[in-house]
Amino acid sequence: MIAADPVAALAARHRWRWPEALPWLAAVAAFFLFPGYLALGAQILASILYGLSIDLVLGYGGIVTLGQAAFFGTGAYTAGLLAAHGMGAPEPGLIAAGLAAAALGALSGLAVLRLSGLAQLMATLMVAAMLQSAADKASAITGGADGLQNMAVGKVLGLFAFGLYGRTAYLYALAVLFLCFLGMRALVHSPFGRSLVGMRENAARMTALGAPVFARRLIAYTIAAGMAGISGALYAQSTGFVAPDSLGFDRSGNILVMLLLGGIGRLYGAFIGVPLFMVAQDRLSDLDPAYWYFWIGLGLVLMVRFARGGILGLAARIRRE
Amino acid sequence: MTPALETIGLTRAFGAVTVADGIDFRLAPGARHALIGPNGAGKTSFVNLVTGALAPSAGRVLLDGADVTRLAPAARARRGIVRSFQITSLFRNLTVLENVTLAVTERHGAGGGMIRPAGKRRALIEEAWAGLEQLGLADEAARPVRTLAYGRQRLVELAVALALRPRVLLLDEPAAGVPAEEAGRIVAAVEGLPAELAVLIIEHDLELVFRLARRITVLVAGRVLMEGSPAEVAEDPRVREVYLGGRRA
Repeated sequence: MIAADPVAALAARHRWRWPEALPWLAAVAAFFLFPGYLALGAQILASILYGLSIDLVLGYGGIVTLGQAAFFGTGAYTAGLLAAHGMGAPEPGLIAAGLAAAALGALSGLAVLRLSGLAQLMATLMVAAMLQSAADKASAITGGADGLQNMAVGKVLGLFAFGLYGRTAYLYALAVLFLCFLGMRALVHSPFGRSLVGMRENAARMTALGAPVFARRLIAYTIAAGMAGISGALYAQSTGFVAPDSLGFDRSGNILVMLLLGGIGRLYGAFIGVPLFMVAQDRLSDLDPAYWYFWIGLGLVLMVRFARGGILGLAARIRRE
Repeated sequence: MTPALETIGLTRAFGAVTVADGIDFRLAPGARHALIGPNGAGKTSFVNLVTGALAPSAGRVLLDGADVTRLAPAARARRGIVRSFQITSLFRNLTVLENVTLAVTERHGAGGGMIRPAGKRRALIEEAWAGLEQLGLADEAARPVRTLAYGRQRLVELAVALALRPRVLLLDEPAAGVPAEEAGRIVAAVEGLPAELAVLIIEHDLELVFRLARRITVLVAGRVLMEGSPAEVAEDPRVREVYLGGRRA
């Protein structure tokens, strides 16, 4: 009946569907099944959050970026510096990191979002590159190329210390990811989120509808920056270490690859692409330390040739046929 | 009576080329007014000046007597200056219903809401649906716009514009590129527009113009050549020269 009534279908789009429980069940199951890999698992969860921030900017907002690491790294350094200066409580550190990255997002967004296409891409790249140089040079504060040492991260909720096996890190990252995801999901289903999609499809038309395109893109860019910052803080707190490569090009580029792999603009792409990429990276670099990236590259070429919308796009196509 | 839309000395030059040269124009409330002229006369530039997509070098644009010359395009749209596009400009990958829902949502000023799901604003979706029914588009509501025939897309374009409940509606070649049998539906839709709405049709299909318009302004090289009733325009020798006399030496 619902399919026959377009109004009802549109009005029901934000409702939860059962497959949406799968990633969370898998994450909880992985906690019990792979106790030896929880440190990697925590990084995967943090990277999924980072992937969500890219999905918001690029997948929904249609803003091309190769510099999301600027926000990831800002978050990582914020949390790291706080912990290195005796303010190691993880939760306030996380919030401070999100706010610092969001502030940078708002500020750089004012410039970046006035551009479009290739110029916009280069501007995002530049912001990250400038910050990376700064982190490199300011070794008195950041430890320079050696990275930020002597972080003393406190206990989560004042109870659970970050241990060697990553149990705390994993559950902490999972909880943070879940909360951020709830916010993101609400956002993309809100009128604001729908208007972002409208701007991605045809920004001139949204302007003609009376929508303040620049302001809304700036808000989206700022929120995504905040999410990336929280993700960077999760990394820093769970590894106890921050280096300038957290602001580097690899950090900006790889996450795009992961998201393309999973499917962009589909909300769940990061949940598929990130674990796949990172587990493959972990396994392949064991099996073939010199050329592991070749195999990832080959997978991507096949993906682009045969499954443009990523794995989720492929799944949607199969379901339709 | 205050015109719904008025331009005073509206001028815009790109270097040596003047696309609008001191255009004085008045659109009465409820008007069915056409703007015609040969290719390159500056018709679309005039629309862009009125909607704010193009900033004038000189002159003013008034909506219901209020100066809107300094308002940004989005702000003018919210005030009720609404256009359709000569080349269909829609959200191609979204459904027909969603295209119109986006427009309805913006008109109600609800497009910035970030908490409540869009689906829970059912009244907005219902309003969009009603707009589609009015134009005979309900059967295609759930289809992505890109899958529709071009003539149907032109109708969606009209539905989106109407969803904004315009004060002044600028239709830029509403039937351009549409096969004759489908153009009839678009003409019928334009004829069925609310009587109080001021409509300006930009066209160079004269047959369509004489069917729809009760008043015509002829634009040549960025200047108003003449304005009058369809009969006056049809008999004016200068207009004949422009349209029938071909290129002047």
